[in-house]
Amino acid sequence: MISDLRSRISDCLFALMFFAVAATAFAQAPDRSKPPAIGPAPSLKLPTIQKQKLSNGLGVWIVEHHEVPLAQINLIVRSGSAVDPIGKYGVGSLAAAMLDEGAGTRSSLELADALEFLGANLSTTSSFDFSAVRMSVPVSKLADAMPLMADVALRPTFPASELDRLKKERLTALLQARDNPAALIQLAFPRVVFGPTHRYGTSANGSPPAIEAFTVADLQAFYRAHYRPDNATLLIVGDVTPASVMPMLEKAFGSWKAEGMAPLVAEVPIAPQLKSRQIFIVDKPDAPQSQVRIGWVGVPRSTADYAALEVLNTILGGSFTSRLNQNLREEHGYSYGASSAFDMRLSAGPFLATAGVQTDKTGEAVKEFFNELNRIGTLVPEAELNKAKNYVALGFPGEFETTGDLARKLEELVIYSLPEETFAKFVGAVTGVTAADLQKLAARYIQPDKMAVVVVGDRKVIEGPIRQLNLGPVNVITIDELFR
Amino acid sequence: MTRWIALSALMLAGSISLGAQSPVLSVPYTQFKLPNGLNVILHRDTSVPVVSVNVWYHVGSGNERPGRTGFAHLFEHVMFEGSMHVPEGAFDNWLEAAGGNNNGSTTNDRTNYYEDLPANALELALFLESDRMGFLLDDKAPDKINGQRDVVKNEKRQSVDNQPYGQAFIELPAMLYPAGHPYSWSTIGSMDDLTAASFEDVARFFRTYYVPGNASLVIAGDIDLASTRTLVEKWFADVPAGKPVPPLTAPTVVLDGVKKKTITDRVQLPRLFLAWHTPALLKPGDAAMDIVSNLLSGGKNSRLYKRLVYDLQIAQDVNAAQQSQALDSNFVIIATARPGQSLDRIQAVIDEEIDKLRATAPEPREMTRALNQIEANFFRSMERVGGFGGKANQLNAYYKAAGTPDYFQKDLDRYRALTPADIRAAVEKYLPKDRRVELSVVPGDKK
Repeated sequence: MISDLRSRISDCLFALMFFAVAATAFAQAPDRSKPPAIGPAPSLKLPTIQKQKLSNGLGVWIVEHHEVPLAQINLIVRSGSAVDPIGKYGVGSLAAAMLDEGAGTRSSLELADALEFLGANLSTTSSFDFSAVRMSVPVSKLADAMPLMADVALRPTFPASELDRLKKERLTALLQARDNPAALIQLAFPRVVFGPTHRYGTSANGSPPAIEAFTVADLQAFYRAHYRPDNATLLIVGDVTPASVMPMLEKAFGSWKAEGMAPLVAEVPIAPQLKSRQIFIVDKPDAPQSQVRIGWVGVPRSTADYAALEVLNTILGGSFTSRLNQNLREEHGYSYGASSAFDMRLSAGPFLATAGVQTDKTGEAVKEFFNELNRIGTLVPEAELNKAKNYVALGFPGEFETTGDLARKLEELVIYSLPEETFAKFVGAVTGVTAADLQKLAARYIQPDKMAVVVVGDRKVIEGPIRQLNLGPVNVITIDELFR
Repeated sequence: MTRWIALSALMLAGSISLGAQSPVLSVPYTQFKLPNGLNVILHRDTSVPVVSVNVWYHVGSGNERPGRTGFAHLFEHVMFEGSMHVPEGAFDNWLEAAGGNNNGSTTNDRTNYYEDLPANALELALFLESDRMGFLLDDKAPDKINGQRDVVKNEKRQSVDNQPYGQAFIELPAMLYPAGHPYSWSTIGSMDDLTAASFEDVARFFRTYYVPGNASLVIAGDIDLASTRTLVEKWFADVPAGKPVPPLTAPTVVLDGVKKKTITDRVQLPRLFLAWHTPALLKPGDAAMDIVSNLLSGGKNSRLYKRLVYDLQIAQDVNAAQQSQALDSNFVIIATARPGQSLDRIQAVIDEEIDKLRATAPEPREMTRALNQIEANFFRSMERVGGFGGKANQLNAYYKAAGTPDYFQKDLDRYRALTPADIRAAVEKYLPKDRRVELSVVPGDKK
């Protein structure tokens, strides 16, 4: 168009004028004909983990990090929602949430006030593989905060009135989830892949009927069974030294005794793999986007193929330039972003490929998902492979920057019982991955013709186009079913 | 909100002991200006071998006009699609191949971009940033705006339209500000305006606002200051200077009564939004209102949380926030009703609590509790150099708001200078019940 040319030419003239002025004042303009060379990568400096034990045998890992005057203390309990008893899915999560609702001699409000007054952030949390009491506090207040944290972890009182309050909160949150397609897909997809009896088929928080029924006795039973010094590790990261912090830890945690024998806990079995592709639609009338999630049973964290799968997933859907994101977002404009992941837990969590896509392009988007899921099985070109390996390997040192980062890395070692050399060996394992390796892994772990396709969206618009793709039988799940 | 603290490891050495007085916050930097007007700030931090390159352009959605809302953010997207010497797609490909991450964001007041990458790849980031600052427009630019238009529309669908209560973030600015005011539309814009955006708009916007004199570059991380300066001068030397950009202004907005509206949405539970105009970023009153938000909803013992969520249990959640902006801030209280509870009752309780704080200054312990949390959060936010929340970004934020990159200690000081009496006075002045916005979102069809 002429008007475009004109404005572009005037831009260029404009730029040239000023370039001419600049050129007389300075050295010549830089060579923009190619990007500058990257210098040699810096070496990975891993933190030193100092391992100690308290007098009761409780393990303590300390990483000194003196950049800011903060301390992070994390008590990791190696039991989480995965060990909820059958019929009581959600009890572990609720037990963790209740720890700071009354502990030692303090009520919920007194605890909160005391901790906040010190500028401490204390959180209690539980996911499938572990539970945790985590505290971040200015190091000048650590001596005052530590006894509070010990109360929460060691002497929770589980007041019935607070349990009642938390149950109402959780049930209301589940009610609200009905409005939210992003929340609905989080419930529907695991249910489809793992089924209602495998622990992974229900969320860590559990479903409304179970939550309604929980009693204080249920929480205490979970707590007594799993919160034991022989099932836990203390992680300390921050502006401390062993000399400064060990006496405090001994005083606070050293007399923690296990009650009775550790219970025998069955590991979560590897779920049966899906055998044939099916589609599941959850109707959300008039939704402007469909939430799409495609996948099946993946791998556990202990997989020998960990580094290679990180590379494979980076290429498929684990970075901005990944195939799924480039296809669905940049090339077709169907989505704000698409990604994939292997959710590696103590047992095999799901593999999933996912995106929110505009409703009227749902059929096209699902088709493109499968184009990429199929294409990843062909040999990955060398340049693309190297880019992914570099992204993972060169970005790795940056994952050890903050107190929180370091604490998270320690948690990974503890929860998955990984050897300490895991981090030192990771970069080498990544750079050694070949395209042939990836092709073997894709053949084994990414079989699109067996995967489940779950879509939360406007059924009246999307069902027709989805059926036309002829991917497999189409089932409809009601929203009510997800909350039973 | 700008509650940032940064400390240099050097400044701290030898001055830390348990129970000691709070350390002085200091982020050492060097600053210089290029002949083309670009402001440059360098900060050295060798804790990890990474560097963050962060650019702020002092243009945001406030610089748009009705009919072209959402444009600044759409333009931000186009900035990633290549420039004269960077083919489309190469920006992200080259950065990832070097082990880097990048992103950008747009607000009312500014647009920021960052690359976080291993320190040895610094020059790549400088090449990319200088090329799109000086030479964004190439012959493929018209196609790029079409592609990104669809992406941004999906961003709106994902972040707003498909979110319960998402419509409130479109309604609130329109209720708070008169039509035509720079803050009266949301940064994401409307679908119609996004459709109308053209390449001519892109070219004009770039020439007007994306000039070095309207920008500030921060490089923070494992750098050598002298050689980094040399690299910056090398890569930005040919970026042409543009015309000065006048700062955005707007008449002060004063509400003269209550503006009340109810809209429906596909939600299970009603939600209430109360909003007021409050002092602008860093101006007197801004820090006080930040503390008010902590007293009202920060923690279980806060005034509104304790009453509504903990004691009465008529609200599922309540949040108060001072949203600080360059021209004018908003104080917003948001509460969701429990099933069977009414927003009228919740609003009445909120008003009772505001009345209490208007009549009686907070207890000293409440103030100290708030200040201790604020100080601890300053420490937490200075651990990272990169990303949206790190030191690089904060140096740029302070430079724009205060003219000084290392404003961390002064920022904390303005909180520490406040007394309980100041808080009471701020509530009286800035939270009148009879001059505010009241928006209710109740179950029904989507608007």
